Amino acid sequence: MTPPPTRTIHVELLTRVEGEGALELRIEAGKVTAAELRIFEPPRFFEALLRGRAYTEAPDITARICGICPIAYQMGAVHAMEHALGIGVTGPLRALRRLLYCGEWIESHALHVVMLHAPDFLGYPDAIRMARDHTDLVTRGLELKRTGNEIIRVLGGREIHPINVRVGGFYRIPSPSELQPLAERLRRAREQAIGMLEWVSTLAFPQFERDYEFVALRHPDEYPMNEGRIVSSGGIDVAIAEYETQFEERQVARSTALQSVIKGRGSYLVGPLARFSLNFDRLPLDVQALARETGLGPVCRNPFKSILVRTIEIVYACGEALRLIEGYEMPERASIEAPLRAGVGQGCTEAPRGICHHRYEIDASGTILGARIVPPTSQNQLTIEEDLRDLAAQNLHLDDDALRARCEQVIRNHDPCISCSAHFLKLRVHRG
Amino acid sequence: MAPRLAVWKFASCDGCQLSLLDCESELTSLAGALEIAYFPEASSSMTEGPYDLSLVEGSVTTPRDIERIGEIRRRSRHLVTIGACATAGGIQALRNFAHLEAFVAAVYASPQYIETLATSTPISAHVPVDYELQGCPIDKVQLIEVICAFLVGRKPAIAAHSVCIECKRRGVPCVMVTRGTACLGPVTHAGCGAICPSFQRGCYGCFGPMETANTRSLARRCRDLGATSQELHRVFRTFNAAAEPFREASEEHGE
Repeated sequence: MTPPPTRTIHVELLTRVEGEGALELRIEAGKVTAAELRIFEPPRFFEALLRGRAYTEAPDITARICGICPIAYQMGAVHAMEHALGIGVTGPLRALRRLLYCGEWIESHALHVVMLHAPDFLGYPDAIRMARDHTDLVTRGLELKRTGNEIIRVLGGREIHPINVRVGGFYRIPSPSELQPLAERLRRAREQAIGMLEWVSTLAFPQFERDYEFVALRHPDEYPMNEGRIVSSGGIDVAIAEYETQFEERQVARSTALQSVIKGRGSYLVGPLARFSLNFDRLPLDVQALARETGLGPVCRNPFKSILVRTIEIVYACGEALRLIEGYEMPERASIEAPLRAGVGQGCTEAPRGICHHRYEIDASGTILGARIVPPTSQNQLTIEEDLRDLAAQNLHLDDDALRARCEQVIRNHDPCISCSAHFLKLRVHRG
Repeated sequence: MAPRLAVWKFASCDGCQLSLLDCESELTSLAGALEIAYFPEASSSMTEGPYDLSLVEGSVTTPRDIERIGEIRRRSRHLVTIGACATAGGIQALRNFAHLEAFVAAVYASPQYIETLATSTPISAHVPVDYELQGCPIDKVQLIEVICAFLVGRKPAIAAHSVCIECKRRGVPCVMVTRGTACLGPVTHAGCGAICPSFQRGCYGCFGPMETANTRSLARRCRDLGATSQELHRVFRTFNAAAEPFREASEEHGE
């Protein structure tokens, strides 16, 4: 039966995403007239409650924005504070931060690939039911996730809201022998990730590409994590401190999330697709080769293939973590001095879901006077709505249930982290 | 029939429900012992109640939350709160001590769109709660213990002592005695395994107050170590700021 030309499709509570959002699609006279991702996650006012706190508290407090990517917030906070204080962390301490971030990429990506995203491709409601038919796959994914978590536990003290990150470095640093068991694990994990990549590359990907403006960090010689310039496929190339010259946030009535746009242009995409497409040449040659074997070129514009790109990034992060451990020499001190001064500092790092920007103003005693945090999902919100609109327009022949499922998948493609973005979105579909 | 588990979210970071997914090794056996009837972060399959055990994450911050927690309570045989938000209001309870309008205006240009309550309150302020598991985030071993205890109908075996005992057990030298570092361990509920002291840092109280916490004596000792009033005020006012013993202690040290 042909669906009616006018209908509304709602998803009242998006599942297998982090936080609370909904989707609403309105189709009138055979045309998509509205596609909205609504965020009803209640606001928690982090930028307000940071005012009056000590600069040293920012990494612990901002970690609580997100239980899935706390390290992204800790890294953004410490880099911004160090920028304000005019110091920079180098050498082994810098390497340990990168190692810690590898742990979060592996843990967060493995969670998304196996537990949140893969069930869409295979038609299961969740990974637990998927595990009954695909035991090996789910077991392997969980083991990868555990490896990522293990890095975070060893370096950070615990998996969720780790306690060891501070402005200037760490509270305590590990000896090389403490890191050795991780190296053993990572060698195995990298092989498992390559196995998972082979499996992911056999999935059926819908033909769907969009002309995104990709935005990511770019570093002179590394695949980006904590440092670099902010670049885009549309020609942006600025220092992290110039973020606000290029991007602005605006508020929409339907959402507790602010939406980010490129000034004078509009939507853009951050996250694995952007990072990969802007930094393919920064991946080691063997990882590039693995990507090509799965059919990926240096640029990927199909959001359904983000599962492939995430898996590539898991392979990369396992290898990178291994390289960092093998080259590690324990420094004399766990942190560097940070003499106080008043100032403004900015930090921007590559969270698993894309760039996350922090800006703080502190006074001469180190008290925070103002804070502004732009999480990846609020930057992707407008793009997700455009994906929904375009995909729905191509799939109007589907009945409501099939269309709803496809729309949910479109949202999951971008691994939105809705708790983060409130200051962030909810999706209902109207067909009227 | 397998007992039915539901996982609910209010204002929170999702970290405590993620602790359940972080039970990577135990997850399959858990899934065998109970039916995961409602857990939207992990599954698209959502079944109607009643539920045998509801785990509730997050604090109450909107008018709709108040209705929702009442409905959840009616449909749940047992209701357990997980984490500092659900148990004490969380970091977002800092708004309880501020002017909400100023808070909203600091984040949103058009505050009229934002619907929120002036306070962030724990679940127990609204409905009866069968058990409260503390921590920001909760400890996953304690989570498994609580789930198992409710499955078989016994009291959870969760120690009520302070973090100090965990340091002694692990053989971690006291950071306050050996390094002169201020530490909330003596007044903080056990459960983390004394992670911060084992990383040479003072406990910052993320598991919330233990029973009969002597915050006054600890504050005196911290003062001797050089802590200022402002520092003492801040240190009690974080992830469990609205928990009574910590609220009182922070107020004793002014703004």
